[in-house]
Amino acid sequence: MPTSTSIPASTAAQAPKLRASNVNFFYGAFQALHDISIEMLEHKVTALIGPSGCGKSTFLRNLNRINDTIKNSRMEGKILLDNEDVRAVDVTSLRRRVGMVFQRPNPFPKSIFENVAYGLKINGMAKRSEMRDRVERSLQRAALWNEVKDKLQESAYALSGGQQQRLCIARALAVDPEVLLLDEPCSALDPIATAKIEECLFTLKDQCTMVIVTHNMQQAARVADFTGFFLMGRLIEYSKTDVIFRNPAKKETEDYITGRFG
Amino acid sequence: MASQAVAPAVVRTRSSGTGDSVARFVALFFATLLVAIAVLLVDQLFVRSAPARESLGWGFLRGTAWNPVTDQFGALPFIYGTVVTSLIGMLISVPMGLGAAIFLSELAPAKISNALTFVIELLAAIPSVIYGLLAIFTLVPLMRTYIEPFLKHSIGQVPYIGDLFSGPAYGVGYLTAGMVLAIMTIPFVISVSRESLMAVPREQREAALALGATRWETTWQIVVPYAKLGILGSVFLGLARALGETMAVTMVIGNAPAVHTSLLAPGYTIAAVIANEFAEAGGKIHPAALIELGLILFFLTIVINGMARLMIVATTSKGSKRA
Amino acid sequence: MNLRTWRLLVNATMLTLTGVCTVITVSVLFVILGLLLYHGASSLSIHFFTQLPKPTGETGGGMANAIVGSAQIVGIAALIGIPIGFIAGIYLSEYEDKRFASFVRYVADLLNGVPSIIIGILAWALVVLPFHHFSGIAGSVALSVMLIPIVTRQTEQFLREVPLALREGALALGASKWKMIATVAVPAGSKGILTGMILGVARIAGESAPLLFTALGNQYWGGLTEPTSSLPVMIYQRATSPYEDWNQQAWAAGLVLIAMVLTANILARMVLAKGVSLPRG
Repeated sequence: MPTSTSIPASTAAQAPKLRASNVNFFYGAFQALHDISIEMLEHKVTALIGPSGCGKSTFLRNLNRINDTIKNSRMEGKILLDNEDVRAVDVTSLRRRVGMVFQRPNPFPKSIFENVAYGLKINGMAKRSEMRDRVERSLQRAALWNEVKDKLQESAYALSGGQQQRLCIARALAVDPEVLLLDEPCSALDPIATAKIEECLFTLKDQCTMVIVTHNMQQAARVADFTGFFLMGRLIEYSKTDVIFRNPAKKETEDYITGRFG
Repeated sequence: MASQAVAPAVVRTRSSGTGDSVARFVALFFATLLVAIAVLLVDQLFVRSAPARESLGWGFLRGTAWNPVTDQFGALPFIYGTVVTSLIGMLISVPMGLGAAIFLSELAPAKISNALTFVIELLAAIPSVIYGLLAIFTLVPLMRTYIEPFLKHSIGQVPYIGDLFSGPAYGVGYLTAGMVLAIMTIPFVISVSRESLMAVPREQREAALALGATRWETTWQIVVPYAKLGILGSVFLGLARALGETMAVTMVIGNAPAVHTSLLAPGYTIAAVIANEFAEAGGKIHPAALIELGLILFFLTIVINGMARLMIVATTSKGSKRA
Repeated sequence: MNLRTWRLLVNATMLTLTGVCTVITVSVLFVILGLLLYHGASSLSIHFFTQLPKPTGETGGGMANAIVGSAQIVGIAALIGIPIGFIAGIYLSEYEDKRFASFVRYVADLLNGVPSIIIGILAWALVVLPFHHFSGIAGSVALSVMLIPIVTRQTEQFLREVPLALREGALALGASKWKMIATVAVPAGSKGILTGMILGVARIAGESAPLLFTALGNQYWGGLTEPTSSLPVMIYQRATSPYEDWNQQAWAAGLVLIAMVLTANILARMVLAKGVSLPRG
């Protein structure tokens, strides 16, 4: 089956931040990803869309090798970060450079401050005196600072779902990642919380590269520069968001966009 | 091992006819019988210890002399010995048990983890007297010949702490009993801690790993604290078991009814003195004093077991404790 | 050494240490078995199982009385404790009297945690004291009090696991509640309940503390109304005696006891592991 690896011609001059070549992924005997090749450009937002179970989350999780924790799983093919094979570098350094926000907010049972500071502490990235400033900066980038600045010592669980998710974004941003992976970050949230997070993603774009998996096509349309459509473990089409939504090349893409399935 | 959280209620029916009424009565009767036995236990412990409690009063708890022949009865040596040996046991079994639980929960593949846990839980089924048998003939000579002299000549030379490792190396005593208790309590610590660790949601681990934490950092800084209530419960469970442990301790404690500072010295525990003296105890006060000691042990284990159960039920019910 | 290297070193070291802890703990079981085999096998002979102990000073003899005594004491304890525990367990599972049931459950757990020697005191007070006589039945009473809460909780646990659909199926056909329990619920949970009983009996078979001043011990054959010897108590007495050949007998007896207890445990757990998997539809 043919897969689309089209790198939009007008942007070919920019070096890809992340490049996947012929990636196949297996959970035991089951093949979840078939021959995925895709390039994600720096300082751009790439959205991955598709129906449930199409492999987009699985693919995302390979980018920071968090799939390594799944027993009996195996990846073939290559993923390059700035032209370095991600499997050749030390995984803990990789993950500091490629951060992740998960589908459901998963703050640690610590205070708000401690949550954001955690990544800084273990990576030895800030002296005690700098810690406060860096935590503040991260919370501001995540558009949460004003709401929590007076209660940094309170438990993270005292926050609402949307606030917790922004806390998780702040926590991921604290270590200054070059790439931020977001796995359906708003699927557990209400529209207002979703809107706040999309706003914060807009402002983050200039500072890091983002790859966002989403169920919500309107969200992809709003937020992403490029969009890739996954179906049954294959990358059907990949292009500028505009093109995907207004003028898809493949029938499957068009069917999905217009809601004929999924 | 520990009691499970209770599953949802089963079907309610209106009882129809005499068959059901009789059945219900019978079931209720036996359940009440269980309660009656427990009530009887507490009652007898109080009643039979009355002669000692009345004549010895609160001084019993502070008394350090125990001599049935001269009618001297003091509980302190036994309380002290029970606490000291149990503490030594926990000091050894908790770090080792937690370490093994971490390995079994976070590192070992499921099949190996289950197989090893099965083996470890078998250790809990071994009768106490067998641990005692092994301890007398293998551990005690080892302690007497190698370990205790080594401790005496190393830590024993340090001021202050050295007092803990002074005196003749008998081989029997607080330290040896503590080590036996360590082996006997470790299966409980491992079993319950492992379950608590396994109940920590995978998203917590992934969140830490995604920030660049190493496996150890994730485990020690995120997973273990998340499971700390269950782990603490396992410690209390082990402690309760250690406090009441009789045979193995009796065989290696040295049976000396006195309070000694050195861990190498022989001592006594509540359970051990009851085991040794009760069958032959005569007169009014001696048996009653032993039963009073039993009463103290009873309360001690009830309280600690109760706390253990509260902690364990709180964590192993439905995995994550919070939203 | 920079931070990264240090962190990776700590990671490798600590994770290895946890493996070491596991290996040490697991090997303890094998060390125990090994030592028992090594010391005890040589003293095992047909004499061991058929002869009575010889008087102090004479060599030879066996532990026939202890083996039979244990069988007697444990057998009676099971006869008393299993029915009571079983029906109490049915009560807790099938009759939701809210507060009283919780109370009973709480008491059962409480009893489970009481040191066995304290249970011995109860049996002494109830059976030995009134008759001024140590006896095998007193030992049985002590062991049955230990057995009851174990069987109760296990019965309750496995009955609760029987699916609601099964029960409702019986009731819908017109079965009365007690008939449903007896003919559907209990048989469905029987595997787990039975293994619970086996594990409970294996546990009390190894107990010696509660027998020390109830059944006491006996150089000869005992009986229900006489002091009776038992395997665990015999081991204790022989092991703590100054005679070499008695010590040897303790090893042999220990080997026999652990063989029984472990076999029961392994069998029970294996049956349990197979039994609790859901039927494939």
